[in-house]
Amino acid sequence: MAERDYDVIVIGGGNAALCAALMAREAGASVLMLESAPREWRGGNSQHTRNLRCMHDAPQDVLTDSYPEEEYWQDLKKVTGGITSESLARLAIRDSSHCRDWMRRHGVRFQPSLSGTLQLSRTNAFFLGGGKALLNAYYRSAEELGVHVRYDAPVDRLELDRGRFVAAHLGAERIAAKACVVASGGFESNREWMREAWGQIKGEWVADNFLIRGTRFNMGVLLKFLIDAGADPVGDPTQSHCVAIDARAPLYDGGICTRVDSVSLGIVVNRQAERFYDEGEDFWPKRYAIWGRLISYQPGQIAYSLIDAKAIGRFMPPVFPPLEAQSLPELARKLGLDESALTRTVDGFNAACRGGTFDHAALDDCVTAGLTPPKTHWARPIDTAPFYAYPLRPGITFTYLGVKVDERAAVHFSGQPSPNLFAAGEIMAGNVLGKGYTAGVGMTIGTAFGRIAGAQSAAAAMREKMHAAA
Amino acid sequence: MQPLEALVGEAGAAAKHTAPPGDAVAEVARQMQICNACRYCEGFCAVFPAMTRRIEFGKAEVDYLANLCHNCGACLHACQYAPPHEFLVNVPQAMAKVRLQTYSDYAWPPALGKLYKNNGLALALALAAGLALFLALALALNGNLWQPALAGNFYRVFPHNLMVAMFAPVFLFALLAMGMSVRRFWYAVSPADRAREAPPAAATEATRDVLVMKYLDGGHGEGCNEADDEFTLWRRRFHHFTFYGFMLCFASTSVATLYHYLFDWHAPYALTSLPVLLGGAGGIGLLIGPAGLLWLNLSRHPLHGDARQKPMDRGFIALLLLVSASGMALLAWRDTGAMALLLALHLATVMALFLTLPYSKFMHGIYRAAALLKWAIEKRQPSRLQLGSE
Repeated sequence: MAERDYDVIVIGGGNAALCAALMAREAGASVLMLESAPREWRGGNSQHTRNLRCMHDAPQDVLTDSYPEEEYWQDLKKVTGGITSESLARLAIRDSSHCRDWMRRHGVRFQPSLSGTLQLSRTNAFFLGGGKALLNAYYRSAEELGVHVRYDAPVDRLELDRGRFVAAHLGAERIAAKACVVASGGFESNREWMREAWGQIKGEWVADNFLIRGTRFNMGVLLKFLIDAGADPVGDPTQSHCVAIDARAPLYDGGICTRVDSVSLGIVVNRQAERFYDEGEDFWPKRYAIWGRLISYQPGQIAYSLIDAKAIGRFMPPVFPPLEAQSLPELARKLGLDESALTRTVDGFNAACRGGTFDHAALDDCVTAGLTPPKTHWARPIDTAPFYAYPLRPGITFTYLGVKVDERAAVHFSGQPSPNLFAAGEIMAGNVLGKGYTAGVGMTIGTAFGRIAGAQSAAAAMREKMHAAA
Repeated sequence: MQPLEALVGEAGAAAKHTAPPGDAVAEVARQMQICNACRYCEGFCAVFPAMTRRIEFGKAEVDYLANLCHNCGACLHACQYAPPHEFLVNVPQAMAKVRLQTYSDYAWPPALGKLYKNNGLALALALAAGLALFLALALALNGNLWQPALAGNFYRVFPHNLMVAMFAPVFLFALLAMGMSVRRFWYAVSPADRAREAPPAAATEATRDVLVMKYLDGGHGEGCNEADDEFTLWRRRFHHFTFYGFMLCFASTSVATLYHYLFDWHAPYALTSLPVLLGGAGGIGLLIGPAGLLWLNLSRHPLHGDARQKPMDRGFIALLLLVSASGMALLAWRDTGAMALLLALHLATVMALFLTLPYSKFMHGIYRAAALLKWAIEKRQPSRLQLGSE
């Protein structure tokens, strides 16, 4: 296929890629987007997103109260355990305070936090209709502005000249451009790479038991290519946004509905029918992002959230029905757990519950005594039939291994920024997210660095043109 | 891990695969289980907020939600679980299938619910019967369909009392049948333990939602989806033309009835008289609205709605168009020899419309209004669920 010479090529089709394409086009560059997925699966993990964590100093349309830069930064520092870049993090945080007007101009609409997510009404602006509605709006806007979009267009390698982008290759096809934004996601859909990254624990290939919450198209092809080609890597390949999801979820694209919110209302046991972590450590929305990793280290990467009749109707309904039994031994049989071990664990837990006044809306005083690990809130005996269980597995949202970038989103090669190769979204999120997660920050990073990369790539293309003309 | 494998299989049966064909209610229940765990579409319309107040979806709940759904398409295009995803979520389509079933299930008298089975045919037969009746009547009464001498005098063709004797019973029966149908629906979807009484604010809100067709605005005011993921207000506008056109025609007839009995003023009325002005404006609305709706219906995205209902939809649209076109033709040529024929044609279409009113697409507006009223009532009541962090 004969291709014209574009100013900017954007590789990817999700939120960060679209932000980059739109910004580059608005700056006057001719833009080609190469999305590896077919049209009906376009948009990568952005299809499954729902909100943007936003800094704001006063109430805004859909956001209550205020969420100042410093508080946002402290939250991020806490969840990442300090494995982050303060300058890049603050850049993204500040962009989140004013990017929404730009998003609205491109057709994105916001709504107040959804039912069941009141805890996010101050910090997160929800997309009306979710991430796929946002993608539809961006794609429509991009097409209206004259961005060329190609689907089913997987780029397998880049042509580089000492860190300078020259062309993208799709099999035998070569497409040259003056600048490039790589926004092609993490590598979580690449089962083999995940297997290799996690290796074996006690003889088990841990990652074989993971489920992927998002797209099947994030194979990490360009991430691997760039690292092999000398781009500076950032982050640990085993770190990711990883939550506990229903073990019955599909291998890919289970998305939001496979989450299970019953954990803090009962106990969680592993394959040996033993508890392994404090289920009541904090409000579930503040803890859901650590449970995926916790289960990764349990035998068989499987666990079971156990509740009794008292908990029904107190948590968001999961997509799959729970397993139900009239007695604990019956439940153990249904789960394939040792009956006496489960009964022992539950009896021990029940005996350790110290009463108190149950209040799921507060960090209440229902605690266990003399139990390891303890349950420090909402500890109520599991004693009212019927009993229910949800099987849990680690669900990977996206991986944190990425390429190192600077404040201009330029990809670094041996410490030197590329003049015309930029990265945005999951492929560089690890610069900010060394580990942990807090709701909506992935979209903050993708939007901010997508916008920066788009503007920078247009400027780089302009420089290349002037250079060529001179 | 034997049990887990089995579980995965069972879950697959529960969520991933559509309910058996023919069980439209079970299919909506399956999809609502997925939607209730996602909730991204809450801002589009009333269906999803109403869904979050429930965790079980039996026939009563599903019939209510299905009629609350306006088939705007927004949730389909925004859905991360829509085809080709294996969950195959298509709420507008699943709801449309249940809606058709509700029209048939709640029809009164129940035996006539069968008319929804081949609704296009039912409408065509009603029209054919109307045509046969009025053409034969005109011939019998006048001996000829071409009557240059009658020049605008309708009652010379069909005496006034004869028309009243024919239309009044049909119209009153249609009113009764529609009232009984919606009553059956209302009691079925509002179990006795839930409030059925509408506080004034709820009634006001529901009336407003009906009159402005709020939920055809997409939740953001830019409208619903038609051929693709782009939003457009044309469906709402064409519905407004149709609805208000119909109401104006109805007003015209009502005013003319008052003129006749109260003031002894007899038709034909002058072009500048109130009945003709109202009827003329209504007729234009009933031409533009249904024509536009037909155009949208033909260009609709294939995944929207239920393809098997197109004969019902298009049959009703065609009948409305025939009513308005014959009415406007009658107005234009009422002083010529064609009047008798045009009058017979117009009366035939109107008769067919009123005969089938309780058993046609017309009922979608009635059930939807009832569903909107129920929503306006229940949203004012505290939710019975105590889900975390709500």
